[in-house]
Amino acid sequence: MISNLINRKILTLLKVQYSNMLEYRVEIALWAISGIIPFFMLNIWTNNNLNESINISSTMLSRYFLCAFFVRQFSVVWVVFSFEEDSLMGKVSPYLIQPLNPFFRYFAQHLAEQITRFPFALIIAFFFFIFNPESIWIPNLSILLLSIVSTFLSFLIQFLIQSIVACLCFWTEKASSIERLLFIPTLFLSGLLAPVVSFPAYVKSWIYLTPFPYLIDFPANLLSGNKTNIIGGLIMQILWIFILFPLFKKIWSEGTKKYTAMGS
Amino acid sequence: MNLRKYLKVYKKFLHTSLASELEYKTNILVDLITAILSLVGSIFLLSIFFQNSGYIGGWKFEQALIIQAIYTILNGITNTWFNPNLTEIVKHIREGTLDFVLLKPIDSQFFISLKKINPSGFLEIMLGFLLLFFCIKINQINLNLSFLTLSLITISCSICILYSLWFFISTTTIWFVKTWNAIEVLRSFLYIGRFPLSSFSFSLRIFFSVFIPIAFITTIPSEVFLGLSVFWKILLEIIVATIFLINSRKFWLFALRFYSSASS
Repeated sequence: MISNLINRKILTLLKVQYSNMLEYRVEIALWAISGIIPFFMLNIWTNNNLNESINISSTMLSRYFLCAFFVRQFSVVWVVFSFEEDSLMGKVSPYLIQPLNPFFRYFAQHLAEQITRFPFALIIAFFFFIFNPESIWIPNLSILLLSIVSTFLSFLIQFLIQSIVACLCFWTEKASSIERLLFIPTLFLSGLLAPVVSFPAYVKSWIYLTPFPYLIDFPANLLSGNKTNIIGGLIMQILWIFILFPLFKKIWSEGTKKYTAMGS
Repeated sequence: MNLRKYLKVYKKFLHTSLASELEYKTNILVDLITAILSLVGSIFLLSIFFQNSGYIGGWKFEQALIIQAIYTILNGITNTWFNPNLTEIVKHIREGTLDFVLLKPIDSQFFISLKKINPSGFLEIMLGFLLLFFCIKINQINLNLSFLTLSLITISCSICILYSLWFFISTTTIWFVKTWNAIEVLRSFLYIGRFPLSSFSFSLRIFFSVFIPIAFITTIPSEVFLGLSVFWKILLEIIVATIFLINSRKFWLFALRFYSSASS
């Protein structure tokens, strides 16, 4: 009964957000294009034969960067920006009265956006294969499923981190600058610009303890068929979710107590 | 007389926007840390490229650092002036407040491009100059008058090109209304300005010098610093910058003819 209710709520939210997102098709297409930085990086790697020094063939490297592009496309999170705007405009107050955590609304928004984004990402991948026909490959079904799961887990980790940052809006007006700060290590350490294998040893020694390599490097390696520790990676992803979720719940309950609506 | 009026107006702009931005002091601190981390991150990325090879596209590590320095300065300028102002165009058009801008007895492009200022970008500019001085030292560049004028000319041309690119994209808002993500596309393309143009493959090199002249923005000034530049390249940059500036002006006036305010 209860689960049925939750299902209905989530389905309705998804439907509403999906039709909302379809309105913004051009926006989303452009956003998909803006994610092509990994391809520029790939160009530097292969054009200078840098991949030889890290023992990855150029085909495997191009698959890696294509997968990194895909994982990034489906784990982009912007909840902090939406929440900041809503809280500055006082829109959070009506959400708080509803018997549903407002973050479900943002969550549905992100999922709906990913569904809208999917065809555009496929088109970009299609063009990528036209330019790099030697890198075409078909991952087997179990690997494909596992990498979808791990991409979703990566999305969850980033969603939780950003939701925690978003809750800081209850204390300061502009939480998005903190998010921009956190984005820098995400950009450089997650494997979007260079695979973690290529990092120098003094970084590799501690990086696997942070959440960063599990955001892009791990799912991308999994999907592209590069060497990676599948079980260890999945365990670390789940572990980080178990660490972040209680933290989010705590900061949310603290924050809502602190919340003063506009005009009060 | 006209110039004096504009200078006086600009002083007022500076005063009001600095006053409002300094309200968020912690924000500025966070932005400073972000700028430092982002520079550290890109030097880290560069060091990964260089860890097993002495040259990338014919550039040594110390030489490639100059590009980073110039990129950081230009990025600081973007964050100080272009980003806060030109993203505002989108808002003006969506909310119909562009009417108020057009009614003012002052040039609309001037008003729209210089109204706001974001002081945290200054820190990034300083950071870029620090790195640039460091590069001048380690590359043993001797400063003389002709070198200084040439570098000044090329950097100002880069600023003009950068401004025109931003302005072009923002102006298209008049037709498409929502172009936030077009700006994201530009940003991601500009990202390749962190690396020497010669490290990319031939087709990308053509793309980035003909269609989006990012090549001119950082590579040519850096070549001037290293004393590698050829006369025709500098001349070409001056020509490209002039064309871009003139066309951005023409494009704005052209676009305004299609502007129908919010409720008409």
